Amino acid sequence: MQVSIYRYNPDVDEAPQMRDMALELPKGRDLMVLDVLERLKEQDPSLSYRRSCREGVCGSDGVNMNGKNGLACITPVSAVAKRGKLVLRPLPGLPVIRDLVVDMDQFFAQFEKVRPYLINDKPPPAGERLQSPEERAKLDGLYECILCACCSTACPSFWWNPDKFIGPAGLLQAYRFLADSRDTATAERLGELDDPYSVFRCRGIMNCVNVCPKGLNPSRAIGKIRGLLVRQGV
Amino acid sequence: MPSLRKMEFDGVIVGGGGAGMRASLQLAQSGLKTAVISKVFPTRSHTVSAQGGITCAIGSEDPDDDWRWHMYDTVKGSDYIGDQDAIEYMCKEGPQAVFELEHMGLPFSRTESGRIYQRPFGGQSKNFGKGGQAARTCAAADRTGHALLHTLYQANVKSGAVFLNEWFAVDLVKNQDGAVVGVIAIEIETGDVVHVAAKAVVFATGGAGRIYASTTNALMNTGDGVGMALRAGLPVQDIEMWQFHPTGIAGAGVLVTEGCRGEGGYLINKDGERFMERYAPTAKDLAGRDVVARSMVIEILEGRGCGEQGDHVQLKLDHLGEDVLNSRLPGILELARTFAHADPVREPIPVVPTCHYMMGGVPTQASGQALTQDEAGNDRLVEGFYAVGEVACVSVHGANRLGGNSLLDLVVFGRAAGLHIEQAVRQGAVRREASESDLEAARARLERWNASTSGDSVAALKKELQGVMQASFGVFRTEIPMRKGIDQLKELGERIERAHLPDKSAVFNTARLEALELDNLFAVAYATAVAAEARRESRGAHAREDCRERDDDNWLCHSLYFPADQQVGKRAVNFQPSTMPAFEPQERKY
Amino acid sequence: MVTQATSLSRSGLSDFLIQRLSAVVLTLYALCLLGFFLVNHSIDHGSLTAFFGAPSMQAFSILAVLSTAAHGWIGLWTVGTDYLRPHYFGAWASALRMVYQAVCGLVLFVYAWWGIRLFWLVGS
Repeated sequence: MQVSIYRYNPDVDEAPQMRDMALELPKGRDLMVLDVLERLKEQDPSLSYRRSCREGVCGSDGVNMNGKNGLACITPVSAVAKRGKLVLRPLPGLPVIRDLVVDMDQFFAQFEKVRPYLINDKPPPAGERLQSPEERAKLDGLYECILCACCSTACPSFWWNPDKFIGPAGLLQAYRFLADSRDTATAERLGELDDPYSVFRCRGIMNCVNVCPKGLNPSRAIGKIRGLLVRQGV
Repeated sequence: MPSLRKMEFDGVIVGGGGAGMRASLQLAQSGLKTAVISKVFPTRSHTVSAQGGITCAIGSEDPDDDWRWHMYDTVKGSDYIGDQDAIEYMCKEGPQAVFELEHMGLPFSRTESGRIYQRPFGGQSKNFGKGGQAARTCAAADRTGHALLHTLYQANVKSGAVFLNEWFAVDLVKNQDGAVVGVIAIEIETGDVVHVAAKAVVFATGGAGRIYASTTNALMNTGDGVGMALRAGLPVQDIEMWQFHPTGIAGAGVLVTEGCRGEGGYLINKDGERFMERYAPTAKDLAGRDVVARSMVIEILEGRGCGEQGDHVQLKLDHLGEDVLNSRLPGILELARTFAHADPVREPIPVVPTCHYMMGGVPTQASGQALTQDEAGNDRLVEGFYAVGEVACVSVHGANRLGGNSLLDLVVFGRAAGLHIEQAVRQGAVRREASESDLEAARARLERWNASTSGDSVAALKKELQGVMQASFGVFRTEIPMRKGIDQLKELGERIERAHLPDKSAVFNTARLEALELDNLFAVAYATAVAAEARRESRGAHAREDCRERDDDNWLCHSLYFPADQQVGKRAVNFQPSTMPAFEPQERKY
Repeated sequence: MVTQATSLSRSGLSDFLIQRLSAVVLTLYALCLLGFFLVNHSIDHGSLTAFFGAPSMQAFSILAVLSTAAHGWIGLWTVGTDYLRPHYFGAWASALRMVYQAVCGLVLFVYAWWGIRLFWLVGS
């Protein structure tokens, strides 16, 4: 199989380029894209990418595979390769450090901006704070985010204003705390989001929903934040 | 050698998983100048893969639950070489640590009354083994580790801890007095080598499951902490004790939580028989992990394995119904569909015992401070050096860890180390200086790889090492294959010394990291091999076919592997809990 | 909270609501016009003047003109802040953006002024 990979090592290369590598695939077994990368790295140890858990929960190996963002470790080659060719690029929209490794500082800065932690101004009880199963169910589809950045780097609004638009991943987290019955900072959180960029740059393109490897729906969360803003602001 | 960039802190934590971030949170909240060195962004740490939960007697499912019952289970689970003072501390402090996590925002699943949901896990009992199965594992669906790790990261963001993300610790810096005074680390993005000096260095580097070919561990679990400690001349304890998790997905190695069996799933062989009823008539599928893993291997060896090769058994879940599976085990459904091509709603998952957890590690006190032994065999504290979590051997897990106890270990002892260091710094602990030669010693290995011009490839050597460990130091161990394994490892070690790093570029050079990790894998593997061969008995996860019985007369003790002479010594197990009489060794039956 | 000086209302929520409300006004206005042209088969200067000269229609028309201006400003401002960025234009981006916003503002003002004048005068 032909694998075309985005290669750039600032120590050596003047400019990035797509380089082809060949790989013999085992018969009767569908490899994951990460398996392909690991085998290619045995051929050429200088190939760089992030990876860790290899089971889709750590969020390290978000890459762009034949044009679509996803996690290399849980994406079968057969699901993305077109006409026997696998094309691997770094996540779009972020600066490339080397090969498939991107600089995620901007992404995490937006995550931190939403104050991604529980705020509760009452002193905690001796035991746990109570929460009904129904209240807890509101966090489903939100807390599972693994911060892989597949969604935000698939979002044109994030490409255009990565410093001002929080992006789908950060907004999903923002809503995770707005929706938590234990959080008491709803008004302040909403106040911090009421500018023309942070939330309202979302145009409902839905690329985020389309690529999320965990099947989450940031668009819906953004809609819910808008709804809360309207309810508070009107 | 050019002089190094230097950074100074009160406390430096190596590793950004659950234990490291619990320790850093404690230190950051106390106002000490704290940094976390992590080779990955913290939420990528392997804690994220923990599924089933955190075991702790919070009395939600059973209001009468008692931390002493949890302690009894843990001591029994450890096959009596867990230190009872440490286990007592963990079980007693546990509820406080779990409630703190909840207050930080951890999205635990809930009971109808709004309390934290608890599920049954293996090895759990009520009333000191006499009251039947307990349900003591606090869970956030089957993503408890993910929820815990993200919550701790969030709390650290809130408290303003400093993170040196994607920095790789190469070696400890020790001064002439044997005190640990810092680490040498690589900033991965630039390739810069930095001297990070601190009054206290805390290792929270996690496990080393990658010494085996088949493991549930992440690719980065390469035993960096154990490797660094051994190179610094410090001993490791009970390193022969490796837990094989009964349910790794066959072929893929991906973990399937014990919570599946806690929720009512069970193992079957090729005849569809629920075979654990024969091996553990009372606890059945919820016996200790070592017991279940051995039973599975026996089923496979005796020809009752499933599949064309008969090389695995199956985990049956379909009888639980789609609704329960969707609400309690959603992550497992995903993993099984992706990696086993099996939908648990309709068909069983092929599973096989898979290397999962390192019970051994750097010996420490309950405060997290590391220990060594002097020549007379007395414990000596190592100044400035701490270890918490999987890299540490406190020891609360002894010869076999109970499911759900690892997450508890992380938060209880991460917190304890933070508290202890805070106190030590307040009482005037100073940052000791390192000389040029101390620093050079710590950089030697880096220089060796950078100077290499020819030799075997890192990837090939790693595969060979994993093959040797899998073949000779697996679920069942025997003298002759172990001897052979040790010889093979010795030869491998020499080749690793002369191995080749072809890519010497600076920026984000993952080839260099994998080379440095290979040194660590080898250090762990070799210590494991020597200690396994030395412990001539069967206890917990260490099952020898040539010494099938537990030998309390000679081996009711920790093993201590010393790197200087590559010999295995012994260290007494603690039988002195502070609030109650000790649990005396008994035959371990489930 | 991201600061901005030139968005219509300074508030993301207000801009969002204004854009949606103005869109509703323009949709209704368009339907109203469509209805008029469908119902009246012979359209001449007299019928047009009578239709647009009615006080209610005058008010509706002027509301539509104002809605167009607001809707247009929010939309054009957004497009400008998406594309006229340092990433593409370097140090010139801010200057370029100011000129673009000034031109947009002037054009919208002229159209609004002209439209209001037109609909105001149509009845007299």
